[in-house]
Amino acid sequence: MEDTILSIEGIHKQFDTVKALDGVSIDVRRGEFLTLLGPSGCGKTTLLRIIAGLEHPDEGRILLNGQDVTDWEPNRREVNTVFQNYALFPHMNVERNISYGLRLRKVPKEEAHRRVEEMLELVQLAGFGQRMPSQLSGGQRQRVAIARALVCQPAVLLLDEPLGALDLQLRRQMQTELKSLQKRLGITFVYITHDQEEALNMSDRIGILHNGRLEQLGTPDDIYERPITRFAAQFIGQSNMVEAQVLDQDPDGLLTLRYAGGTIKAKGQAQPGELLTLSVRTERVKYGKDTRYGFDLSGTVKAHTYTGGMLRTTLLLPDGQELTVSGMGGSDERVAVGTQVHIQWDPACSAIVERREPGEKA
Amino acid sequence: MKKLGKWLPRLYVAVLLAIMYLPILVVVIYSFNDTKLFQWEGFTLDWYRKLMTNRVIGQAFWNSVKLAVLSSGAAAVLGTVGAIGMSQSHFKTKGLLENVSIIPIMIPEIILGMAYLAFFTYLQIPFGMVTLVIAHTAFCIPYIYLNVKARLAGLDPSIGEAALDLGASRTRMFWDITLPMIFPAVASGTLLAFAMSMDDVVISFFATGPQVTTLPLHIYSMLKMGVTPEINALCTIMLGVVFLGAALLRLLRASRKAQQ
Amino acid sequence: MKKRKSSGKALSLGALPMLLWTLVFVAIPLLYILWMSFMKRSATWGVVAQFTLDSYQKILSPTYLKVFAQSMWVALLTTLFTLLLGYPFAYFTAKLPRRARSAVLMLLVVPFWTNSLVRIYGWMILLRSQGVLNNLFLSLGLIDQPLKMLYTFGSVLIGMIYALIPFMILSIYSSVEKMDWSLVEAARDLGASAWRAFFTVTLPQTAPGIMAGCVLVFVPSVGLFFISDLMGGAKTVLLGNLIRNELLTARDWPTGAALSMVMMILSMGMIALYKRLAGDKSLEGLL
Repeated sequence: MEDTILSIEGIHKQFDTVKALDGVSIDVRRGEFLTLLGPSGCGKTTLLRIIAGLEHPDEGRILLNGQDVTDWEPNRREVNTVFQNYALFPHMNVERNISYGLRLRKVPKEEAHRRVEEMLELVQLAGFGQRMPSQLSGGQRQRVAIARALVCQPAVLLLDEPLGALDLQLRRQMQTELKSLQKRLGITFVYITHDQEEALNMSDRIGILHNGRLEQLGTPDDIYERPITRFAAQFIGQSNMVEAQVLDQDPDGLLTLRYAGGTIKAKGQAQPGELLTLSVRTERVKYGKDTRYGFDLSGTVKAHTYTGGMLRTTLLLPDGQELTVSGMGGSDERVAVGTQVHIQWDPACSAIVERREPGEKA
Repeated sequence: MKKLGKWLPRLYVAVLLAIMYLPILVVVIYSFNDTKLFQWEGFTLDWYRKLMTNRVIGQAFWNSVKLAVLSSGAAAVLGTVGAIGMSQSHFKTKGLLENVSIIPIMIPEIILGMAYLAFFTYLQIPFGMVTLVIAHTAFCIPYIYLNVKARLAGLDPSIGEAALDLGASRTRMFWDITLPMIFPAVASGTLLAFAMSMDDVVISFFATGPQVTTLPLHIYSMLKMGVTPEINALCTIMLGVVFLGAALLRLLRASRKAQQ
Repeated sequence: MKKRKSSGKALSLGALPMLLWTLVFVAIPLLYILWMSFMKRSATWGVVAQFTLDSYQKILSPTYLKVFAQSMWVALLTTLFTLLLGYPFAYFTAKLPRRARSAVLMLLVVPFWTNSLVRIYGWMILLRSQGVLNNLFLSLGLIDQPLKMLYTFGSVLIGMIYALIPFMILSIYSSVEKMDWSLVEAARDLGASAWRAFFTVTLPQTAPGIMAGCVLVFVPSVGLFFISDLMGGAKTVLLGNLIRNELLTARDWPTGAALSMVMMILSMGMIALYKRLAGDKSLEGLL
C-alpha cells in the first residue's frame, strides 16, 4: 500500500439548499501533486476549505497522517493554504507576512529571519522583505503567499487557484516554477484549478469534481485517454460522443458496434444489444482510404476550420450526425469539401463513458 | 462661454462656502471687539483674558471634554466589539436588534432626550455626569458601530482565515489581523462620536441635572440670557485648534504618502 | 463554490454588551414613554397608571395640529432648500480637481467640530436689527430703517438650513463621486443634450444620495428645538419646542410622550420609505 498522508473520507457538505459536496473520498499520497479539477461551483474550494479546517463537513472525516483532524481548528492542522486572492496581511510588510506563522510557533528571531530569507530566495524575491504588499505586482504577491504558506513546512500545502489572477504568460512561467518547487521540497500539494491545461501540466494525479462528486481520479494520462464518465471526457480536451449499439463481441475483447448506418470497433466488455457512449478524442479520428481497423463507416467532408496550428474538420455521417476531427494545420493538403471518405480510429483509443440497456432511456 | 462653464460652478462653491463661514467669521471678529455691543469698537484681547479666569465656562468646558472622552471611549469599545460580534452572529432577530442599536441617531434627538428624562426619573438615578455619560454613550455607539460594520463588510474574510491557517487562534487573529485592519474605522467613528458628544445640546438638556452643565448647555443658557463675548473667544480658540488639527492631519497624510 | 458562509454562531458573545446596553438604555426608555403616552396625567408630576387615549386626543386639537403643521412645513422647506442649494454644491465639488476637492470637503466638515450654537449665534449677530447686515445695508443706503430679520420665520429657516446642509451635501457628494461618468458620455453620444443627460442619467444615478440626504435633514429638523428657540423668538413654535414645553413647563408627561411617539413614527416612516426606495440597503446607507 502506498503511503497516504491525507485521507478524505466520504465528505458531505450542504449550504442551505445547495449540495456542495456529495460523498467525496480521496487518498492523497505523500509527496504527490494532486489537482482537483472542475468547473466553478463543483465544490472544489469547499473541499479545500474543509481540509484546511475553515469549513466543517456535515458528514465524513479528514485524516492527516492517520489522525482524525475533522474537528480540529485550522490553527492546529499541519496544512497551510495559498489563498485564491493571496490574502496577504495588508498592514505587514513581506517579511512580517512570511514570518507570521513562525512567530506564532515561537521560532527564535534569528532562525525565523534566516528561514524567511531562505524562502524569499526560493521564490526569487530576495531583497523584497521590507516592501508592503500594496507595492508588489500580482506575480510577486503570489510568490509571497506561497512563501508564507511554505515557511512553516506543512505536511500538505493547499493551493486554491493560485494562478487564477495572473496573465497567461506569467501563469505558464509560474506553473513550471511551482512544479519544480514542489519536486525540490517534496511537500504534498493539493491544488485547485478549473484550467485543464494547468492540471494536465503539473499534476501527478487529477481528481475531477462535478456537482460535488468525484467523477474520476487518475494520472493525467488516465484522465485524458481513458475518461470513465461523460463529464470527464467532455471537460478535458475535445471529444466526439459516439452513441453506438453493440452487435457482437469477439473473444479478445474487441466489440463491433452499429453506428450511424455503419459499423465501428471498440475495445471493451459489453453484451450484444447494449447501447454504449464512447468518447473518441478528435485527434484520434482518421479519414481517408485506409481501412486497417476494420471499420465500415463513411462520410463526407463538410468543412474545415483553420485555427493556427490546428486544422479542425467536420465530417458529415450518412445519418446526419457529425464528427469533429482535429489534425495538424500547416501546409498539408486539405481534402476537398464534399469528398467521400472512409472514417476510422484505433479501437483502443475510444473509452466507454456510459452504457445502458436497449430499453433504457438516455 | 467655455470659460464661464468652468468658473461659474467654482464661484458657486466658493460663495456658498463663504456664506457658511460668515457667521463663524463674525464670531471670530467679535471675540476681538472692545465692546459687548454689536458695533465694532476696536481691537482687544480682554475677552480672552476674562475667559481664562471664568470658572464657570472652564468647568463647563472640562465637563464636556470629560463627557465626550468617557462616552466616545465606552462607545468605541462597545460598538467595535459589538460590530464584530454581530458580524459573526446569525439569528432571526439580528436585523431588528441592529436597527434598535442605531435608533439613537435615526430619530430626532428630542425623543431620546425625553425618554431619558422619564426613565432616569422613574429609576431615581440622580441627574448628573452618570446620566449624561449613559445618554451620550447610547448615541455614540451607532457612529462607531456603523463605521466598523462597513469596514468589516469590506474586509476580505480570507485574510483572517489565512491567519488561522498559519496557526493563529481566533483571539490571536483578532489582535493581529482584525483589529489593525479595522482600526481606521474605529478611529474615525470615535472621532465623529466625540465631536457629536461635544456639541450635543438636546439630549444633554434632558439628561443632566442642575449641578452639572456642559459647554453647549452653558452657551445655550447664555444665548438666552444675554451673551458675554468670552464665548466668542472660546469658540475662536476651539476653531483654531480644530483647523490646526485638520491641517496637521493633512500634512501627516501627505508625508506618509511621500514615504511610500 | 464562492459561498463564503462564515461559520457563525447563533449569537456571538461579542455582540452581547452592546445589545444589552441598547436594550437597557435605548429600547426600554423608548418603550417606557410609549407606555406613558397611554397613561393618565398625574396632577403633580409623572403619570397615573391608568389606560387612556386622552393625550392622543389632546394632540389632535387645533392648537397642536397647527404646531404640527408648522413643524412639517419648516422641515419640508428646510429639506427642499438644502437639496436645491446642496445638490449643485456637491455636484460641482465632485468635479473639482482632486486637491481642491479635498480642501472643499475639509472646509465643509471642520465647522462640525465647532459648537453649533456658536455658529447659530454668529447668524444672530448678523441678522439682528443693529446687526452686521442691517448696518451694512443702512450705510450703503439700501434701506432707511433696519429690517427685522431675526426672530422671524425666515431666520428660523436660515438657521435650520445652515445647521443641516452639510448632511445633505455629504450624502449627495458620496453618490456623485461613485457615479459612472461613462454613462453620461454614452447619453451624450446617443444625442442627449447636457441638460437632458443630467436629468435622465445623472439625477437618477444620484437618487440614493438625494434620498439619504433628505432623510438626514428632514428627521432631525423636526426636533431641533434650540434653533427656533433662539432665532424664532416665541413666534415659531415647532414640535420640538412643544415637547419641551409639555415636559418642563406644563409638566404634562403623557402628552409629551404622545407627541414623541408621533414624531418617532413619522421618522420611522421616512426611513422605511427611504429603505424601500433605495432598495434594501439597510440604514447604514444613510451615513
